[in-house]
Amino acid sequence: MDEILVLAEHRQGELRDITFEMLFAANTLGKENGLATAGLLLGHETSGLAGKLKGACDRVLVIEDPELAHYNADQYLMALETAVKDRKPLLTLIGHTAMGMDLAPAMAARLCLPLVTDCVELSLEEGRLGVLRQIYGGKINAQLVMKPSDHYLISLRTGAFDAEVEQGKSGDVETIPAPAWTNLRGRQFAGADILVSIGRGIGKPENIPLAQKFADAIGATLSCSRPVADEEWLPKSRQVGTSGKTVRPKVYIALGISGAYQHQAGMKNADTIIAVNKDPMAPIFAIAHYGIVEDLLQVLPVLTEHLATK
Amino acid sequence: MNIVVCVKQVPEVTDAELEINREGTEILKEDLEFDINEWDNYAVEEAVLIKEAHGGKVTVVTLGDEDCEDVLRTALAMGADEAIRIDEQGFEFSDAAGIAQGLYHAVRDVPFDLLLTGAQGSDDGWAQVGLTLAELLGISYASLVVGVEIGEGTITVHRELESNTQEKVEMPLPAALTIQTGINNPRYVSIMGIQKVRRIEIKETGSKELGLSEAEIGSQGSSVASQKLSLPPVGEGAEILTGSLDEICEKTAQIIRDKGGVM
Repeated sequence: MDEILVLAEHRQGELRDITFEMLFAANTLGKENGLATAGLLLGHETSGLAGKLKGACDRVLVIEDPELAHYNADQYLMALETAVKDRKPLLTLIGHTAMGMDLAPAMAARLCLPLVTDCVELSLEEGRLGVLRQIYGGKINAQLVMKPSDHYLISLRTGAFDAEVEQGKSGDVETIPAPAWTNLRGRQFAGADILVSIGRGIGKPENIPLAQKFADAIGATLSCSRPVADEEWLPKSRQVGTSGKTVRPKVYIALGISGAYQHQAGMKNADTIIAVNKDPMAPIFAIAHYGIVEDLLQVLPVLTEHLATK
Repeated sequence: MNIVVCVKQVPEVTDAELEINREGTEILKEDLEFDINEWDNYAVEEAVLIKEAHGGKVTVVTLGDEDCEDVLRTALAMGADEAIRIDEQGFEFSDAAGIAQGLYHAVRDVPFDLLLTGAQGSDDGWAQVGLTLAELLGISYASLVVGVEIGEGTITVHRELESNTQEKVEMPLPAALTIQTGINNPRYVSIMGIQKVRRIEIKETGSKELGLSEAEIGSQGSSVASQKLSLPPVGEGAEILTGSLDEICEKTAQIIRDKGGVM
C-alpha cells in the first residue's frame, strides 16, 4: 500500500502541533485514497516521542542518532533522504515552519521532486495532487493541480489543519538505520546564548538526561568537554574547546568540567561562567565567575526545581 | 567578501483591491505599482552593510522583463556594484524550481563568498528559490536569517524560529542565506540616488545564452499542471457592520460592552 510520510517536528523533547496537524491531513487523505500514514521521527533518544505518535499513524519510522539530537539541515537532509529512498512514499509532508522551510526546498532539489509549499488544503484525484495555497499575502486563493508524479513533497501551513487528530491507531515502531555522515557541508549548530556543558564529572551516560532536563528548563543547549565526546556520550559537534568549538554565550554553566586549558580556550570569553565541581582545586574555578563545590548530581535536581518554580 | 543578491520585482498589493483575469490564471496588474520584494530589500541592505564593513563587491541579479531594471537600479543606488538581468522570455509560468535554474546558471560563474535572497516573495510566497539555488550550487545554507557575524572563512548566523526563539548556526563560506525582514533598516533611496547610478551598465542575459532548454523552465519545466485563482470568500465568518462611521462605532461599543469588554 502506498504511503504518506509525515516528518514529525519536535523541539526540546516535545512534539510540535504541526506534527499532529500534518497527521490529521495525512489520515484524512489516506482514508479517502487507501493510503497508510507513516510518522517519521528523526532524533536522539526519541522513544518517548514515538510513543506519542503511535496512536495517530499506521507506522512510526525512527532514525536514531546523536547527530540528530538537534535540528541541523546537513544531517536532517541526509536522514530524510534515507527514509524517502527506503519508503518511496507517494506524499511526504513537512511543516511550513522554520524547520520545514529550511529543509523542503533543498530536499526537493536534491531528489528532483516536485515541491509545493505553504499548502492549506490537499486532495488526490486519480493519483494527481491538488492543493490550495494563498498568495499575495492571503488576498488570492490559488488552486493548483500538479503534474503526475510518483512522489510529491508538500509543506503545510501551520494551523491549517486540526491538531486534534483522532487517536486509536497503534502503529508499529520500525527503525531505519542512520546514514553514514559523509559529505556533510559543515553547517553546525553554534550553540545558544546559554550553554550547559558537561564534563567527566557527569560519570556515566545514564546521567545525561539529568543535565538535559536542566538545560531544557532554562532553554539552554547541552554541550560538553572532550572526554564526554571521546566516550561518544554526546556527538563531537557538541564539544567545546581547542579541538571543538569556540563559544561565547551569555551564560556558560560548566558541570563536572575540570577546566583544562584546551577547554578554557573554547569558553573563557563567556559573559558569565558558573562552574560546578566536586574538586575545589579544579582549574575551572580560576576563570569562573561563580563556583559551586558540590557533586553536580546533587546540585542539578535542586537547581532545576528552583528554576521551574520561579 | 563578494556577495550576490537575488532580487525580484513584485506588485504592491497591501492596499490594492485585486482583480483576476477572465481565465483565472493571473491577477490584473495594469493598475498596480511595482517595487522590490520586501524581503529582498533587506537582503540588499545586508549585503551592502557587509561590504561596507569587510570590503568586496555586491552583484544584484533579477529575472524579469525590462521594467524590472527598476529594482536593479534601486539596489545599485543602495550600494550594489554590478547588476545582471535575466530576461523572462522562456521563463513564463516557471515554478520556483525553474526560476532557481535560471538564477543558478547566471550566478554559478560569478565568484562569490555569500549569496543572499529574501526568505520569500510577497507574491507567490513559495519560499523556495534561495535554498533550491544553494542545493544546485552544492553549498551550505541557512534560511530565515535575522543576524549575521562574519568569521575567518566561516559565517555565523541567527535563524528566526517560532515562539520568539532563535538558533545560531555556523557554516563555512561560500554559503547561501535567505534573509528575514527586520534584520536591518534598509536605507532610503532617493530619485537623486537612482540618477547617480543610471550610467552603470546592466548586464543582460537570457535562457538561451544560459543554455537552458524549454524542458527545464517555463510551463514545461514546471511541476504545476494548472493554477486557478479566485478571491477568497470575504466576510464569510464575520458579520460586517454597516452604516455611518458613527453608527458603526456605536454598534461596536455596544458589542464590546455586551461581550464583557468593559469592566
